[in-house]
Amino acid sequence: MGKEVSESCVDSLLTEMVASYCDRFYANKSELAARRIEAIGYQVGHQLSERYTMERPRFTDHLEAIKFICKDFWSEVFKKQIDNLKTNHRGTFVLQDNRFRWLAHMSVDPSLENGGASQDPSDAGESKAAQATSMHLYFPCGIIRGALSNLGIPCAVSAEVSNLPACSFVVRIKA
Amino acid sequence: MPPVAPRSGDAIFASVERVNAELFTLTYGAIVRQLLTDLEEVEEVNKQLDQMGYNIGIRMIDEFLAKSGVSRCVDFKGTAEVIAKVGFKMFVGVTAFVTNWDADGTCCSIVFEDNPLVEFVELPDTCQGLNYCNILSGIIRGALEMVSMKTEVTWTRDMLRGDDAFELQVKLVKQIPEEYPYKDDE
Repeated sequence: MGKEVSESCVDSLLTEMVASYCDRFYANKSELAARRIEAIGYQVGHQLSERYTMERPRFTDHLEAIKFICKDFWSEVFKKQIDNLKTNHRGTFVLQDNRFRWLAHMSVDPSLENGGASQDPSDAGESKAAQATSMHLYFPCGIIRGALSNLGIPCAVSAEVSNLPACSFVVRIKA
Repeated sequence: MPPVAPRSGDAIFASVERVNAELFTLTYGAIVRQLLTDLEEVEEVNKQLDQMGYNIGIRMIDEFLAKSGVSRCVDFKGTAEVIAKVGFKMFVGVTAFVTNWDADGTCCSIVFEDNPLVEFVELPDTCQGLNYCNILSGIIRGALEMVSMKTEVTWTRDMLRGDDAFELQVKLVKQIPEEYPYKDDE
């Protein structure tokens, strides 16, 4: 077993990183903030997958690499595996985590959450809460993209949240 | 519920949820790297890391007080000991010690060698002015401010710059008297 730190250290660091980029460095430029947060994740994913695959033979195909992300990689980072993997066999993979750790502790301001009950899809409160969640997801999306890119698989990764803390990551492999 | 008795840093660290330090180390490294790209000036990166630490510190103190069961430290001396013995241990699992007290007990050093922030890190020549671990000094400053102690925290030794240990000088600037939000007769 390697060294450990308390989980709250990682949580605090991520929360503050997202807040710094969204509220201070690129306030009102959420597009730019998102790209930076994703880039930080990419860096981390790239380095982690380098370390976790050091003593493994090369993956022979995309599916094998994706399975590595779902099992070994996810277990190292989140202490659990991805719960469900789907693919259309044409380069798109959906990785579903039913209890994504970085969303599990996330609370949404109740006044914002109640905004969802107003049945108005354009409700400002709801979209603000959704935006805060999505800002936090650029980091793990970057991690997955960085990890796969280190395995020689260029791709685009996006995240979808339907029911907190469940989360799906959609990986589209570039031909 | 009766108040929790003070617990040792080791006991708390053993009981909290922990994660692989690699993730923490690499994430911090990636943040510093991105900040260097985005902010360009090393001095500005130092400042922003300190600010991020401060923001984390003012929130972390609640978790610290809740989990450690530490109640009131009688003086700054006791406070510094608690940071080194309990604080460092319960969050990052490392041991630090307090030394170099000045005569009036308002300035001391926290010294440690193990530091999960710097694993795999080497500073390139272009970053010599960088206080890589500045988030840590910010955290201490922020946390202490929440318990009414205004401090200045500066790095006096840094292993990334070739020193034999990390040393943070913590200077008590002033103790802010606590103001209660209620009146006597309420």
